Amino acid sequence: MTLDLSLLPDGGIGWADASGPEGQIVLSSRVRLARNLQGLPFTVRARDDHREAVLEQVVKAGRSTRHLADAAVVRLDRLERSERQLLYERHLVSRELAGLDAAGGVRPASALLLGETLGVMVNEEDHLRLQSLRSGFAVSEAYAELDQLDSELGRQLCFAFHPEFGYLTACPTNAGTGLRASVLIHLPGLVLTKEIGKVLQGLSQVGLTFRGLYGEGSEVVGNFFQLSNQTTLGKSEEELLDHLVRIVRQVIEYERLAREKLLSDAPNVVEDKVWRAYGLLRYARSLSFEETMNLLSGVRLGVALNLINEVGVYTLNKLMIFTQPAHVAHLSGRQLSDPELPMLRAEYVRRLLEEDARRLGGEGPRATGK
Amino acid sequence: MQCDNCGERPAAVHLTQIVKNSVTTLHLCEVCAAEKGVQTGASIAKFPLSDFLASMGKEAAGALPSGVESEPCGFCGARLSDFRETGRLGCPHCYATFETHLRDLLRRLHGSSQHVGEAYLPPDAGLADRRRRLNELRDQLRRAVEAENFELAAELRDRIRILE
Ligand SMILES: [Zn+2]
Ligand SMILES: [Zn+2]
Repeated sequence: MTLDLSLLPDGGIGWADASGPEGQIVLSSRVRLARNLQGLPFTVRARDDHREAVLEQVVKAGRSTRHLADAAVVRLDRLERSERQLLYERHLVSRELAGLDAAGGVRPASALLLGETLGVMVNEEDHLRLQSLRSGFAVSEAYAELDQLDSELGRQLCFAFHPEFGYLTACPTNAGTGLRASVLIHLPGLVLTKEIGKVLQGLSQVGLTFRGLYGEGSEVVGNFFQLSNQTTLGKSEEELLDHLVRIVRQVIEYERLAREKLLSDAPNVVEDKVWRAYGLLRYARSLSFEETMNLLSGVRLGVALNLINEVGVYTLNKLMIFTQPAHVAHLSGRQLSDPELPMLRAEYVRRLLEEDARRLGGEGPRATGK
Repeated sequence: MQCDNCGERPAAVHLTQIVKNSVTTLHLCEVCAAEKGVQTGASIAKFPLSDFLASMGKEAAGALPSGVESEPCGFCGARLSDFRETGRLGCPHCYATFETHLRDLLRRLHGSSQHVGEAYLPPDAGLADRRRRLNELRDQLRRAVEAENFELAAELRDRIRILE
């Protein structure tokens, strides 16, 4: 089975359209709910036939729901590694489900049900991981939809639930609501003003955690952070979401202040920095993924500050997705190990930036930006 | 005060979190804190503190009293020592088998072990519940009609229609 990404509803990148609230600072909002079926061992301890049974039940139940009636069912255990990585790079599946970690590989019956804006990972650490991904800062909207799907599925499937401990999960860190809400947020202002350490430390004191771009255990690249709730038990879903939303609003405010400070304290330095980033992306002949992300961060800041107007936020989001290794390989029909990927990546970046510059009628990189 | 992680060295780093108005603090020695990438100041940004937080389940599982071994789970056969090793439980039934240990652990992790979010009714129970509720409403409706309280009766009829 080969993966045809064009068959996926909106290719799984609807969130990247930058149409959501606070779209320049908050790239996307995600909510997930962990659920397990009663009467079966958790995924890791389950036998292959258990996992097949889980998948069969979930697919069947999904068909009767509004959001997953026409969902694509992608069996990860029947995909090549590069294809699984493609789904991972699109933030549609976790590293664990995609079997990308050195140990183990992909588990039998690992699958993804993908609807328009919702998906369900099947046989991840928990039997079901319902997830909803939205453009911009839209945590409540993401949850509202997911809540509907959860109720609909819960009427078909028998979820493991305990009156005291709530929804039961393989790892006790997820028990209770099973809810993890997160936003992918761009904080170059706080990083450049060196305020980020304080802010991140403050987050852990109010029960939030942060991660790098890819979620669990990943490094922070390009000043993109994922902020999420740390605890899942002892608070209602609404309390957890409200708390996260309130704190993220504060972080957005801090980021705005930091950007204002940068602009007033060192306008020339900032302007030079963002245009250098643009210049490199527009003309470089070889780019590593990490360098690309860091440069995109600079350009994104320039766009948000109205210093650069010849590239749109949607294009920047698209570049973040399509310059990842498996995507570059996929687009150019190469192997992941191909040594020419950095050149192909740079070529792709140049092409998109050129198109945008022509479309948006910018004066080209020779402009001073003002 | 001893380190919450190794229980051997004195605690030097204190991680505080506020959960539902109650403050819980994790105390770590310098060695364990460094191992977890816990840093102060700006350098914190370079470290995936999340790793540390994500692995809290496992850490906390490791912190369960190690001499204690209870009966294995009657459904999946998992032992407390398996959990201590992997940080993962074997099945939903494990929560009942290791209830006492898990309650303590959940309190440490979340600041509470009592779920207050959405209550779940399994499909069958939901049906039984709905039937019981319908009977109650029909009873009330009969009484409302007898008392000629037509406003209430109309409202009850609406609610019955929804449940049906
Ligand atoms: Zn220690
Ligand atoms: Zn068990």
